Amino acid sequence: MDKKVILIILGMSIVTYLPRVLPIIVLTKVKTPEWFMRWLKYIPTAVLAALLAPELLVSGGTLELSLKNKNLLAAVPCFMVAYKTKNLFVTVVTGIVSMLLLNLIYA
Amino acid sequence: MEENKLNELKKGVKAAVPIMTGYIPIGAAFGILASQQGFTTGTIFLMSLLVYAGSAQFIAAAMISEGADAVSVITTTFLVNLRHLLMSASLSPYMGKFSTWLQSVIAFGITDETFAVSESYTRHNGASGQFFLGLHMASQGSWILATVLGGIFGTGLGQATKWGIDFALSAMFIGLLLMQLKDKKGLLVSICAGVLSLALKIKLGGNFNVIIAAVVAATAGVIAEKWIKK
Repeated sequence: MDKKVILIILGMSIVTYLPRVLPIIVLTKVKTPEWFMRWLKYIPTAVLAALLAPELLVSGGTLELSLKNKNLLAAVPCFMVAYKTKNLFVTVVTGIVSMLLLNLIYA
Repeated sequence: MEENKLNELKKGVKAAVPIMTGYIPIGAAFGILASQQGFTTGTIFLMSLLVYAGSAQFIAAAMISEGADAVSVITTTFLVNLRHLLMSASLSPYMGKFSTWLQSVIAFGITDETFAVSESYTRHNGASGQFFLGLHMASQGSWILATVLGGIFGTGLGQATKWGIDFALSAMFIGLLLMQLKDKKGLLVSICAGVLSLALKIKLGGNFNVIIAAVVAATAGVIAEKWIKK
């Protein structure tokens, strides 16, 4: 497993580094269109929402909107705490504790 | 002059403290999950050193343990980390005076969290390479340490899912999303991206739901600017 994993890590490091480095190197030298910068501004929000929605609402390939969906239930206090505190640490701890409690209840 | 540089470095390290408190539980959660999915401490260290991107690391570890091929893991990583394009772009106005070498070293340490801190600091105090270096080294140092320690002690914990640790990534996304949301346009973009991603995931499966939904939703956001002022 390790050899394949190391190759994947090297590939991941390249595709992670490029979006971090290219804009700085290029934009300190040339000017970009204004609409492109406005478009880019929405990308973080859009990517996060697109990652999150299936994570919370899809189970085994289908939409799961019932009380059986622990991810959905654990997300509720997370959203409330994140909205109130805007603090990543507190939000992550809330998520872990909520899931721990749900696991105890459902066990 | 030298003393001034040292001072800036110290300021950067100090500014990293709140980031480090966030990285420790998330990093530990990653280390624990990765070790239980069969990753060695060495590969966890290597990933945190060379990739250094929390959400991509969680996603990749899950995909690799499910036997995904290298191309899909690397493509997904790319899509997930495309958001750093914007962060890097918004830091670029402060970096014109740095050498290309310093620019490329600083760029490596841009994450959602270091960006939030360095952008507001440089806006108020101006940019110094030493500040960025102090901030980035201290932040990544804490990330590497937390993930490796999580990896070392992770296997002894029993099933991580029992402890709720597997929900750390989703919780982090929720926190990051709400920190991004500032107005109605942002809300519209996130709802559009969420609904579209959900529909694509259910209909098609695979991982392309994220990039397609994000591109369409961001475009919708730009178009909606004509009608929504705030």
